[in-house]
Amino acid sequence: MSEQALSNISRINPEDLLEEIVRSYPTKVARKRRNHMLVRNPEEPQHIQANVRTVPGIITQRGCCYAGCKGVVIGPIVDMVHIVHGPIGCSYYAWMTRRNLGKAREDGQNYLQYCFSTDMQEENIIFGGEKKLMAAIEEAYEIFHPKAISIHATCPVGLIGDDIQHVARMMSEKLGIDIIAFNCEGYRGVSQSAGHHIANNGLFEKVVGKDDVEQEGFSVNCLGEYNIGGDAWEIERVLERCGIKIVSTFSGNASYDEMRHAHMANLNLVQCHRSINYMAEMMETAYGIPWIKVNFIGVKAMSKSLRKIAEFFEDPALSERVEKVIAEEEERALKGIEPFRERLKGKSAFLFVGGSRAHHYQDLFRDLGMKTVVAGYEFGHRDDYEGRQVLPNLKLDADSKNIPEIEVQPDPERYRPRKPPEVLEELKKKGLIDSYQGMLPDMEKGSIVVDDISHFELERLIETLKPDIVCSGIKDKYVIQKMGVPSKQLHSYDYSGPYAGYKGAVNFAREIDMLVNSPAWSMITAPWEKAPLLKAVPNKV
Amino acid sequence: MLDLTPKEIIRRKALRINPAKTCQPIGAMYASLGIHACLPHSHGSQGCCAYHRSHLTRHYKEPIMAATSSFTEGAAVFGGGANLRQALKTMFTVYNPEVVAVHTTCLSETIGDDLPTLIRKAADDGIIPKGKTVIHTNTPSFVGSHVTGFSNMTRSMVRYFSKKNGGPKDLINIIPGYVEPSDMREIKRLASEMGINSVVFPDTSDVLDAPQRGRLRLYPKGGVTTRELESTGDATATLAMGTFASADAAIELERRCGVAYELLDLPIGISATDRFIQAVIDMTGKEPPASITDDRGRVVDIMTDMLQYLYGKKVALFGDPDHLVSMAEFLKDLGMKPVHIVTGTPGKKFERRIKAILKDSVPDVNVKSAADLFLLHQWIKNSPVDLLIGNVYGKYIARAEDIPFVRFGFPILDRIGHSYFPTVGYAGAMRLLEKMVGAILDRKDRDDSDEHFELVM
Repeated sequence: MSEQALSNISRINPEDLLEEIVRSYPTKVARKRRNHMLVRNPEEPQHIQANVRTVPGIITQRGCCYAGCKGVVIGPIVDMVHIVHGPIGCSYYAWMTRRNLGKAREDGQNYLQYCFSTDMQEENIIFGGEKKLMAAIEEAYEIFHPKAISIHATCPVGLIGDDIQHVARMMSEKLGIDIIAFNCEGYRGVSQSAGHHIANNGLFEKVVGKDDVEQEGFSVNCLGEYNIGGDAWEIERVLERCGIKIVSTFSGNASYDEMRHAHMANLNLVQCHRSINYMAEMMETAYGIPWIKVNFIGVKAMSKSLRKIAEFFEDPALSERVEKVIAEEEERALKGIEPFRERLKGKSAFLFVGGSRAHHYQDLFRDLGMKTVVAGYEFGHRDDYEGRQVLPNLKLDADSKNIPEIEVQPDPERYRPRKPPEVLEELKKKGLIDSYQGMLPDMEKGSIVVDDISHFELERLIETLKPDIVCSGIKDKYVIQKMGVPSKQLHSYDYSGPYAGYKGAVNFAREIDMLVNSPAWSMITAPWEKAPLLKAVPNKV
Repeated sequence: MLDLTPKEIIRRKALRINPAKTCQPIGAMYASLGIHACLPHSHGSQGCCAYHRSHLTRHYKEPIMAATSSFTEGAAVFGGGANLRQALKTMFTVYNPEVVAVHTTCLSETIGDDLPTLIRKAADDGIIPKGKTVIHTNTPSFVGSHVTGFSNMTRSMVRYFSKKNGGPKDLINIIPGYVEPSDMREIKRLASEMGINSVVFPDTSDVLDAPQRGRLRLYPKGGVTTRELESTGDATATLAMGTFASADAAIELERRCGVAYELLDLPIGISATDRFIQAVIDMTGKEPPASITDDRGRVVDIMTDMLQYLYGKKVALFGDPDHLVSMAEFLKDLGMKPVHIVTGTPGKKFERRIKAILKDSVPDVNVKSAADLFLLHQWIKNSPVDLLIGNVYGKYIARAEDIPFVRFGFPILDRIGHSYFPTVGYAGAMRLLEKMVGAILDRKDRDDSDEHFELVM
């Protein structure tokens, strides 16, 4: 199967393939879907449709607003009680399934193994659920005495008119702890992405900037890093070796207390641009913290990100330390990868994940000598594909309009520019700060990009291009593998990890080799199916 | 592990912590997959469908194909009719299912979308191709549990398909309940060993345990066919296993087509399996073959051989009501003491049934429906047990309290086996015995001192 996708993609005309795929749809659907696909051509400006409604019935990967808010951004905060206001399912499915790892701090508060819900019943839907929510908050307080509680709305809450913001305010006053409500009803927006935005808004308004604890040295926040399989800990290990201090991570292994003084850091590192760029923007406006787009996935990408951080701080000692760490870590990692690279180079991958990973993992595959031939986001926006320069031209449609944008002003006491304005302007121009170019520039000519891919499109692309591996999520994993193609989950990491940083890259290389080169794949056809069936009948004479 | 769970129990009226149930739609989706060439469809926000597919996939390690109406705010305000029509058009054009099984969600239930009317309109407008069927069931997530959803969709199969076409045929309907593909396969095997013609519905065997053949079959070969479902109206009788998951469909079938039913417990453990076999004997007059009686004898053989390791052991048990009723009886038959029993599914009849089963052996049993694992954990802290039996979420309590743990029920996300090896029938009883004895003896091996470390047990 080796290199088959590469030869397939060069043999066929990818534009024709995309045309052929959408022809199977009803006419209107075909037209819509075609705008979500393109064949990469670096020689011309390219646009892609993204962050719009999914076609009903098409079999999508996408989830809902609640999943993006509670499941992705708020759920990983270790030391808060997260109460889901709704029928039981929403809280149940987001209970430990995402693998955002976390440890209790000194106070021992870790609620990650707990699932809290108001378990709304029919009478709560008919007569309203506010009272039950208040009682649930009170009970949670009585049992656990948490320092803060979050409340998450599910679909029916918005419809029946429960005012969870009001409940939060009232109960916060009554109990004397922070209670933050998120109106992340599942139907808001068009995907998880709406929930990220709502979560960012809530954290920014209610948590960040509330506790001024001086930070010394090269202090950063790690935004959009969710500590899946321990990624944040590997990143922290490397940054610490360099002498860079993480004030708070948003939100893998995050602590409520640390988030409260995140505004005292000097630089924001943006890992997952899609889910957290709002926070980076708002913190820059309010507190004067610039942000850098980093990618901690891949050996070379990790080193490049470290160099960007060093470049920002302009400190010779730091730069020297960073170079020393890079030299040592790269050598070890590349040596670790080498045996796997030998067995993987020239192979091809598909990447269909999230709003960032489909971009980030292309760097790691490059380290392994592999090529990403098809990629796309589940819930990315156009800026994640084309770069942030498209932002001023994006038109807000009805689905985006109902997600509140908050007006942010420089904080009168806490706004502190981290560098003189002319220097910041220079860094912006260079693309070092406040800049993200998106996925497209990193994709080679002739490769295919598909946004919000459907099951049908995925199946047809795999059948035609026969990639060596497809990276996607749990819903696709066994669909892909039933086609005889190995699949790696890049949401849950197949219950492994970390994959970030130098050590993570070696883990990833080992596991991709294991998936692609396992002898199991050669067993699919039974021996008697391989051999010609009609042999001479045993002699009966 | 679960370090913040206090021993002291504070009565809760509003806050659910660590549930022992989930919501209706996932049960409906699972049941739908037991119809051949059926595409389940979730009428609501995208997240419901994504969550249900993800969770079923984690449990089965198999493709779970299902579509969604992808509600946005507009649909939430104006109703999801247009979304459903678009969805049906897309599904039939692209995926060509024989049946689309629509279930609702808390969103579409709260809005009040009228599915029968929407479906009829879609049929009138030619959106549903000739020969194809769209069925529906209402699965409000704020009522009952995943078991209710399974039950509702199974009843809808009767509503939409069962027909009375003439006199009763030589046919028995078997409604297997919310059990695994392996269990449905085993029930079919037992029925065929007994020499009876049966329709088992729903039937997820050969759907959710499909072989790796290097090609994807969107609709695997298994599942009850629409023709078989139609024929259920002409059966001589229905055997419905599990009050919570199967009774409603059996009652509906009697009401519509006059097919008499017998309500049995899930055939888990020896006594419940005995009653199942006996019911088939009584219904058909057919004697079970020696192979079945021998299998039963092997179960009793293990029970007598290993009783010293099981007798008197205290057990905490949680999961779905139909499973727990049969399991509690099996534990009683083994001389074990199920002292704490919790289900998340509401239903006082469950508590009464458990108390009746255990009235002599565990008269003071702690049993609660509409309860959760936080309470179970607190019960265990206050009155420790020797063994914990339940779904995957039990592993956290087992680790926190250092209790041997046997996985049983739905979901099991961290081990394989449940889709391949049954827990129903005598074969299932043997498997459960092997697991329980194994867990208890592994613990003994771990804890025994070197000089007491036994070679033979």
